[in-house]
Amino acid sequence: MAVTLVKVSRILKGLEPTEIAEKIKEKFPDEVIDITNFRDQVSVIVKRGRVFEILKYLHDEPHLSFNHLQDLTAVDWLNKKEPRFEVVYNLFSIRFGNRIRIKAQVPGDDPKITSVVPIWAGANWHERECYDMFGIIFTGHPDLRRILLPEDWEGHPLRKDYPLKGPELEKDWEGFKELIKKSEELKEYIWKE
Amino acid sequence: MDKVEKIFETRELNVNMGPQHPATHGVLRLVLEIDGETIVKVTPYVGYLHRGIEKLGESLSYFQALPLTDRMDYVSAMSNNIGYVNAVERLFGIEAPERAKFIRTMVGEMARISNHLLWLATHALDIGAMTVFLYCFREREWILELFEKICGARLTVTYPRVGGVRNDVTQEVLDSLWKFTEEFPSRILEYETLIDQNRIWLQRTKGIGVISAEEAVNWGLTGPTLRGSGVPYDVRKYMPYDAYDKVEFEVPIGTEGDTYDRYRCRMMEMRQSNNIIRQCIEKMPPGPVMADAPKFVLQPKDKMMPITHPKEKHAYFIDEKLCKGCGMCMRACPAKAISGEKKKPHKIDQSLCLQCANCFVTCKFKALKIIPGGKGLSDEKLAELAAQPVPEEIKQASEYLIQHFDFIKKGPRVPEGDLYVATEVPKGELGFYFVSDGSGKPYRMRVRAPSFVHAGVLPRLCVGHLVADVIANIGTIDIVLGECDR
Repeated sequence: MAVTLVKVSRILKGLEPTEIAEKIKEKFPDEVIDITNFRDQVSVIVKRGRVFEILKYLHDEPHLSFNHLQDLTAVDWLNKKEPRFEVVYNLFSIRFGNRIRIKAQVPGDDPKITSVVPIWAGANWHERECYDMFGIIFTGHPDLRRILLPEDWEGHPLRKDYPLKGPELEKDWEGFKELIKKSEELKEYIWKE
Repeated sequence: MDKVEKIFETRELNVNMGPQHPATHGVLRLVLEIDGETIVKVTPYVGYLHRGIEKLGESLSYFQALPLTDRMDYVSAMSNNIGYVNAVERLFGIEAPERAKFIRTMVGEMARISNHLLWLATHALDIGAMTVFLYCFREREWILELFEKICGARLTVTYPRVGGVRNDVTQEVLDSLWKFTEEFPSRILEYETLIDQNRIWLQRTKGIGVISAEEAVNWGLTGPTLRGSGVPYDVRKYMPYDAYDKVEFEVPIGTEGDTYDRYRCRMMEMRQSNNIIRQCIEKMPPGPVMADAPKFVLQPKDKMMPITHPKEKHAYFIDEKLCKGCGMCMRACPAKAISGEKKKPHKIDQSLCLQCANCFVTCKFKALKIIPGGKGLSDEKLAELAAQPVPEEIKQASEYLIQHFDFIKKGPRVPEGDLYVATEVPKGELGFYFVSDGSGKPYRMRVRAPSFVHAGVLPRLCVGHLVADVIANIGTIDIVLGECDR
């Protein structure tokens, strides 16, 4: 039978997340802005310029081997932080069971960042969604179109300046109004006992 | 092929498959470019079911967004709830009690079985095996009835809560679930007798949609879709949540990475889930099912008013001496029962009052009085009753009521930060990424849906196969479009 049962009891122990963050800082000292730690999850905030190289390094280096891109998304920090956007990469190493989060800062007036599709093929749709929802342009993406919204949609809904509700419409539907009017006209013909 | 080309002039054809197509498991639209029967290119179009759950989540408090997760993957709503509450608990820094963890693990595995049964049923139906469909729905119905006994709902359950589960399971439910687990392995054998060695099934699934281990990881596949290729990545093992570190189970992996191996993986997984449920029932400790963390967890409502004084029979009365005429209660009243001029005592029209207590909790001057059993009395009589001292239990209950309103309106005080929590749902890895700015609502709520990632791999799986195999490939990646489009 082709399918076998395996016990995943021992996963190879790799580096600690803080060590990985230090390693990135060693390798790219000018790029790393800050390292934060919240609930044992380490994030490295970097500049957008060489983000492709950093991610490529994390993916290719044998003792890191972050081969699984868990998630790619963005956060809009309108009027709260400068630069406005943050593109967030959640990386996971299936070999070592390590995880790290890379956050690349993207300014609001020029929302562009290098695409990571050459590293992870799965980033394709994530980046398309990110473009759809935030309007961040991923340079070098093979097929950057809107994905969840129609192609002629205006605006990017997950930006903080995009309203949650549309303009108030008239309460009654036009057809319903016509129907009421007609029933008023025909009132005299109602059958009476 | 060369000979044919010389004789006939052929051209590629564009075929539109979906969004209304029974075999696409929802509203998935594929534009196929075909050369004869062979697929040259596939372009998936998703988003027909987009409801903006991420945007909605930003405008709702952490408790209110929970029912939205049911509507993502409606086939296994329980697993989605578990993923959400785990992420929120991690963010709050609280932990569910032991019994609640075991209950969650148990219902999560029940959801996995019911999801895999629906997957097998529809997948087999697409490929042409009608009987399996009927057999699978027989057992799925059994599980859904158990869900109904546990929490009252069959499909959109919202049973797990932040800090535990909504209510305890009864012994009766556990007994009938035990009976199910005794029966179920023989039922799996029944399905396997029908299709496991079936010649048509083998021809339609073996060697179809092959993807190597390395490539599958690169595409971001998770769950049984990845494990069919031989990668033992299971979130339950790598980052155990709930009670998964206390139960024993193994992870089935395939070797070939084709549709047949993925099918075998899911069949084995159902057996493992069955085992986990049995262990959960055996090991389940007694105790509470909600965490004791009043700052983060919704408190039970029965404390708000003693049962001896039902809420419907209250009357609310404004003390003229204390009322400053600020108009806060007037704005808070949904029924517009309060009237009065500025800086002069207001009055409640008792015939319009809904007993919602909104005015009571907004008043800063404590001018509002609750008069238990005062509904229907005249204003003079109410004024007389209001002058009397308030009983102690009503005093306590009304203080609790004010706290509760405050908690619901402002939400809990969440520490600032961001975190990503993944759980293993039947379809793969469901991740929630929260960014908190310290308020009661998430600043950003991101859902990493496995179906979304899996739908993206369709072009890679289909190219080079025949048109009929597209259906097999849609089935094998196990997508639900409600989750894909969110």
